[in-house]
Amino acid sequence: MLKSIKLRVFFIVLFLVISIIYCLPNIIEPTGVWKKYLPSDKIHLGLDLKGGMHLLLELDTAKMLENMVDRKFNSLKDNMIRDGIRFLGLDKKENALFITIRAEQKDKLYNLIGKEFTDMKAGATKADGENLTIEFLLSEKELSSIKENAVHQALETIRNRIDQFGVSEPIIVRQGDNQMLVQLPGIKDPQRAMELIGRTAQLEFKLVDEENAARYTGGTPPEGDEVLTMRTKNRETGIATTTQILLKKQSLLTGELLTDARVKIGGEFGGESYVAIEFNSEGARLFDKVTAENVGKRIAIILDNAVYSAPVVKERISGGKASISGSFTMDEAKDLAIVLRAGALPAPVKVVQNITIGPSLGQDSINKGLKATILGSILVIIFMIFYYRMSGIIANIALLLNLIYLLGAFSALKATMTLPGIAGIALTIGMGVDSNVLIFERIREELRLGKTVRAAVDAGYTKAWVAIFDSHITTLITAFVLFIFGTGPIKGFAITLIIGMIINLFTAVFGSKAIFDWIMVKYKPRKLSI
Amino acid sequence: MVELLKDTNIDFIGFRKKAFIISLILVLIGCYAFIMVSLGKANLSVDFTGGTNVQIKFANQVDIGMLREALVNGGVGDVQIQQISGTKEFFIKTKLSDTGSEKIQDKISKILSGQLKDNKYEILGSSMVGPGVGRDLKKYAIIAVCLALLGIIIYIAWRFTFISGIAATIATFHDVVVILGVFYILGKEINLLIITALLTIAGYSLQDTVVVFDRIRENMLKMKSKNDFGETINRSINEVLSRTIVTGISTLIVLAVFMIFGGEVLFDFSFALFIGLIVGTYSSIFVASPIVYAWRKKVL
Repeated sequence: MLKSIKLRVFFIVLFLVISIIYCLPNIIEPTGVWKKYLPSDKIHLGLDLKGGMHLLLELDTAKMLENMVDRKFNSLKDNMIRDGIRFLGLDKKENALFITIRAEQKDKLYNLIGKEFTDMKAGATKADGENLTIEFLLSEKELSSIKENAVHQALETIRNRIDQFGVSEPIIVRQGDNQMLVQLPGIKDPQRAMELIGRTAQLEFKLVDEENAARYTGGTPPEGDEVLTMRTKNRETGIATTTQILLKKQSLLTGELLTDARVKIGGEFGGESYVAIEFNSEGARLFDKVTAENVGKRIAIILDNAVYSAPVVKERISGGKASISGSFTMDEAKDLAIVLRAGALPAPVKVVQNITIGPSLGQDSINKGLKATILGSILVIIFMIFYYRMSGIIANIALLLNLIYLLGAFSALKATMTLPGIAGIALTIGMGVDSNVLIFERIREELRLGKTVRAAVDAGYTKAWVAIFDSHITTLITAFVLFIFGTGPIKGFAITLIIGMIINLFTAVFGSKAIFDWIMVKYKPRKLSI
Repeated sequence: MVELLKDTNIDFIGFRKKAFIISLILVLIGCYAFIMVSLGKANLSVDFTGGTNVQIKFANQVDIGMLREALVNGGVGDVQIQQISGTKEFFIKTKLSDTGSEKIQDKISKILSGQLKDNKYEILGSSMVGPGVGRDLKKYAIIAVCLALLGIIIYIAWRFTFISGIAATIATFHDVVVILGVFYILGKEINLLIITALLTIAGYSLQDTVVVFDRIRENMLKMKSKNDFGETINRSINEVLSRTIVTGISTLIVLAVFMIFGGEVLFDFSFALFIGLIVGTYSSIFVASPIVYAWRKKVL
């Protein structure tokens, strides 16, 4: 008996010490030697309790429409060549294309537009002898629906990125016409978060124009080419250099065809982090074709108009896998993988507002809530002692253990504490109180039956244990399901419950029972104050 | 020994028909409220509906509580107020939107001029905000809750009987729906906090039901004939009654403190829990156990 008590007390104290060590940073900042060996993370508080970073982002829809008109323009050009319509002039302005053709080919062009470019409407025509200039407009309705979709897609993409970045319970809402409001709790590295969210992440593969590169000495690039900057880091010295690189303007492939992007280490990059990407079937087919056609040439990998690398294609690559290297740090590679996975923003965003904001519950409510919590706890403690006397004190010790373990676990797991989480804690503590009440009522019943104190305590615990176990496991199952499938506040609630139920079961068996057993062995009481 | 109850012998099963009628009325109201909430016709918070975000700057530092009070007195309740750290600026989020006749910022302006006379302020901007809880979030939440209920049925069916699992789930669902109904009738705002409160109530209600079932299971082993089933249930509930009351009281103490001292933002949350606790206790005694009883009566 004594041996088992010692063992149990050892565990209780061990977990207590671990929890206190993890809780310490919330009270005092570790310094000097301690900083090295002790955890230094405070419990993270969510937006509702502490506030955080507040970013207002604006989607550059004008730029987006321009890009779109560009794409339409190119695609129309290709289609006209295919259908044998000679264009004598092409021009674009805002949301209109101007096409100059021979008058007799007018019907052919109208046919093409009617079939393949249903969102364009023919506007004014201008005749100039044999030639005809026709204006094609994107309809207003079309434009606004494109904008609408873009904002929705941007919200979705940003939400995806933030989720994968591991921020818990962010707030991401649309504001006004083309703005997005993003609030993030407890961000340690705001700069990194901002880059992650604000990056457009347009991935493109383009051919390096080596034929013209030798002759090109700066200035305007040749027709159909563009010049982009490539950053390289010297492996030994770590010095970054930039080079100008001449590329064919047309994209061979884009990031839309990606299915996955993961951080990998090593391989041919000698222990460096790189990002391995995978294409979908269409992407794989294209990549296969592009690499087969360009063996021995260089293909540049470009993200948001910055060249990451321009490796030589050694052989045809089928299977739809490629890798992006670029002397990344681990974090850089991770963030790159995240933005590639989450997809590109439909247009560049700019940060309109970047401020730190107070808790969404309002500091006033939090202060009142804290006061109420303390007062409520004191009253429950008093009630337990009043009702169960000495045993009530033991129950209170068990509850205190519960709370310290919970906070310790929270700090250790780096979970974010939000109000739903606190509701979960309240339920946990409530169930903890209930466990004790169940046990004590059982002990009272056994005592009424005339059992000795020790037998009554043992029987009380044994009988109450079944109910405690069942109710906690039921709650645990529920919490697991909510954790896996729930989002936002539901997840926050579920995390605390999972931690709480496990700790409750531990203290229900180990906590107060060990104290009772110790009293039994040491004092062998004839009567129990319960 | 302090005792609140001693050797009670209440006929709970005998009361079941009345209880069913009461529950049926409450659940019907709750279901109506649930439908209204799903259709977005209830008093939903800005998290669900979207609304307006007004940025405002004061000349002198103002206390958030005072600002909230001023707005509530002026008839704009249900606001989320966040201070921009290190400044005298605030965001005021409300679900009201500009109407043709009056802009929200003018409305807020009017209220503040009346309420906070000696503090100059200027409104820096006002824009519409979308709902924070999108359709996807709602969908996933509903899926999560349905699967959780399924999990409960399976576990309790395994530990007790299949019908117990069904009864426990019905009782849990009953509690959540009833609270929703109460909130709907009182015209209180349904926000994310209340959703959390509903989940907490579901947890408490389950705990309560399982404790009662556990006693019934234990006493059934001592049962001599099948006809004593009602008697067994009654005795079990009577035996657990003192525990139910003690736990209930200690929890209600805390919630009462929260309702009195927790401020208005937390009031609805504590209020939901307060009612939920009472309904949750009622349902494990008058809903879950009689369902098991009625079912067995039919089957046997």
